[in-house]
Amino acid sequence: MNTSTNPHGRYLGNVVGGSLNRGIEVRLDPQVPVEEMALGQHVVIQGQSRRFFGIITDITLETSDDSVRANPPDLSNPLVASVVSSTAVYATLQVLPMLALEGEMALIDGPMPAKTVPPHFAPVHLAAKEDVEMVFGREDERHFWVGTPLDLEERINIDLEEFVKRSNGVFGKSGTGKTFLTRLLLVGILQKSAAVNLVFDMQSEYGWMGTSEGTGTVKGLKQLFPSKVAVFSLDEEHGRRRGISPDYLVKVGYNQIEPEDIEMLRETLNLSEVAADAAFTVAGHFGQQRWLRQFLDLDGQEVQELSKSINVNERALSTLHNRLRRLSRFHFVTERETDESVEEILRYLDRGIHVVLEFGRYQNELAAYILVANLLTRRIHSRYVTRKEEAMGDQAKEPRPLVITIEEAHRFLSPGIASQTIFGTIAREMRKYNVTLLVVDQRPSGIDDEVMSQLGTKLSCLLDNERDVDAVMSGVSGARELRSVLSKLDSKQESLIFGHAVPMPIVVRVRDYGTNESYRELGFQEASELRQQMERDADDLFGGR
Amino acid sequence: MGLSLEHDETRLGEVVETSTTGFVAQCYQLFGAPPLGALVKSGGPYPAYGVVHQVSTQGIDPTRRPVARGQDEATEEDVYRSNPQLAHLLRTDFQAVIVGHSAEEDLRYHLPPTPPPIYAFVHMCSTEEVRMFTANPAFLRPLATSSITALEEVVAACLRYTAPMQEDTEKFLIGVGKQLAGFFPGDFRRVETILRRAAL
Repeated sequence: MNTSTNPHGRYLGNVVGGSLNRGIEVRLDPQVPVEEMALGQHVVIQGQSRRFFGIITDITLETSDDSVRANPPDLSNPLVASVVSSTAVYATLQVLPMLALEGEMALIDGPMPAKTVPPHFAPVHLAAKEDVEMVFGREDERHFWVGTPLDLEERINIDLEEFVKRSNGVFGKSGTGKTFLTRLLLVGILQKSAAVNLVFDMQSEYGWMGTSEGTGTVKGLKQLFPSKVAVFSLDEEHGRRRGISPDYLVKVGYNQIEPEDIEMLRETLNLSEVAADAAFTVAGHFGQQRWLRQFLDLDGQEVQELSKSINVNERALSTLHNRLRRLSRFHFVTERETDESVEEILRYLDRGIHVVLEFGRYQNELAAYILVANLLTRRIHSRYVTRKEEAMGDQAKEPRPLVITIEEAHRFLSPGIASQTIFGTIAREMRKYNVTLLVVDQRPSGIDDEVMSQLGTKLSCLLDNERDVDAVMSGVSGARELRSVLSKLDSKQESLIFGHAVPMPIVVRVRDYGTNESYRELGFQEASELRQQMERDADDLFGGR
Repeated sequence: MGLSLEHDETRLGEVVETSTTGFVAQCYQLFGAPPLGALVKSGGPYPAYGVVHQVSTQGIDPTRRPVARGQDEATEEDVYRSNPQLAHLLRTDFQAVIVGHSAEEDLRYHLPPTPPPIYAFVHMCSTEEVRMFTANPAFLRPLATSSITALEEVVAACLRYTAPMQEDTEKFLIGVGKQLAGFFPGDFRRVETILRRAAL
């Protein structure tokens, strides 16, 4: 497409001032009703040799005559009303230029970040379908359709290949559609085979079926793609109650729990720093393999004696002892386990099968979630590191890119522990070892700054807490302008997407999920359709009967 | 004189005082001035269009002021009937601001290179001419930016005079109103005053 082609969208007005940092000021044409403008809408500014793409970040009412403010004209006279509305008063749009298409090279290079501004009086148009398609690309093997812009029926695609290269975040207040958006991203990654997913599914939302506010239940990944998804569970009964049997039952042995895991649980178990540190001393005393079992077997008297012999504060040690007893209530914790669960997960992942780990009845046990997620991830990550190093750059031998989805991410990545936990490590090292995170959280301000700034693509639903908005916006150019967009999002189905996977920040109405049509568009086939397909395939193979 | 009037009823009088921005014309008929705000056109090498902004009637000899004569008359008309010399001792003049001219059969919305000469004939513009000249809503600029007295009144009178001749009065007034807002930046109150009076 030539950058000098005529714009397709509605004419809005002309550039009258502004700067690259603060945004361009556009005087709205009197013919365009100001009410039809909305924050987050996309505009195209046609410069002399470049074409700019921008986003509306503010709308202002102005007057050219200050006395009109203090002494409004008599609007009951239609002539006066009509003249004043097109002369003395007007509206301006604040537009943040995001991308520039430069001359003929635009076709090959695609849009580049805007490093300059359009000249005075450059005409401004609303972005049309063609413009959006040029910037966001068509849906293909690496682009996945996530939603539509607010004012157009055009599909917005994210580049999943870019997406899985870095850790990413989905944020938003509870009930704003985080889970829906996450589920959609997981489907996208699965559908485009961009990576394999390992989902720590605390509320059993992703695997078999999920809940939808308003419409009841929606299909989970396993229902949509039965052959590509395996549901692992910590709780056999939970599956049995729902009439489904998990593909694998995950167990954790006392021998597998390490003092680092206890460190992660410090906040959840309400342990003091001294008490959590004591776990390391106890482990040193009993040995890594047996420490927890032996420690929990001690009675009060013996704990007291132990504290003396290993020189740890007695109160701290007995608190630790008490709190750790909670772990023994978890049925999935057994005496002794090999790394079979981890191996099983890896076997599935290697075959390109996506794994969803459901927590069943432990869905409200944060301690169980943190313990298991941390423990498994640490082991899986270390296998990935080994295998990646063994591959020594031979791409064919490298393990498949893995995306680990964690919910309540601030529990794993809070500033105090992010530097020590495996999740912090993964978030920081990016794609070095082919493992990235998809963090889902409602309190992004609780996540370590360093981790937040490393996230490649952020998808944020409505956030209204100042600190949360700040956290999501950290390290983003034009953050001040985008903030206003973020806090004005609709509380349902709307999301601001920015980062590596999209060429420019965009507000989208997230694509439908939950209707039969939406399932079919995502690649789901009903049993009858499957049967027909099989018959057709059989015919193709063996010749018609 | 009588002959030419019969042939051309739109002829009002002759230029008796002239300058780059305006002219004064004396009417052939006592009290025969065009209405305030009317569009008139002069003769001369650059026929000038003007908007009437001042009409005055006084004695032909400025040193001799008219005296009251009607004490014994029943009506005002009787005063003139009883004193037929009055029509020759009094004169009616009108002043116009030049708002444009025609050159080479084109309309120009700026001042002519030379003002209309003394004794150039002054005509009333026809409806068709008014419509053509006012097709450009910027025609009021020289008037609106001039320093005549009662500017707002004259502009409003001009709109009252020209608007009914338009095909779409409302559209015309809105177009002119927008232009006026540009002529009076930061003074919408003035525009509002004019528009309210124009619609009366």
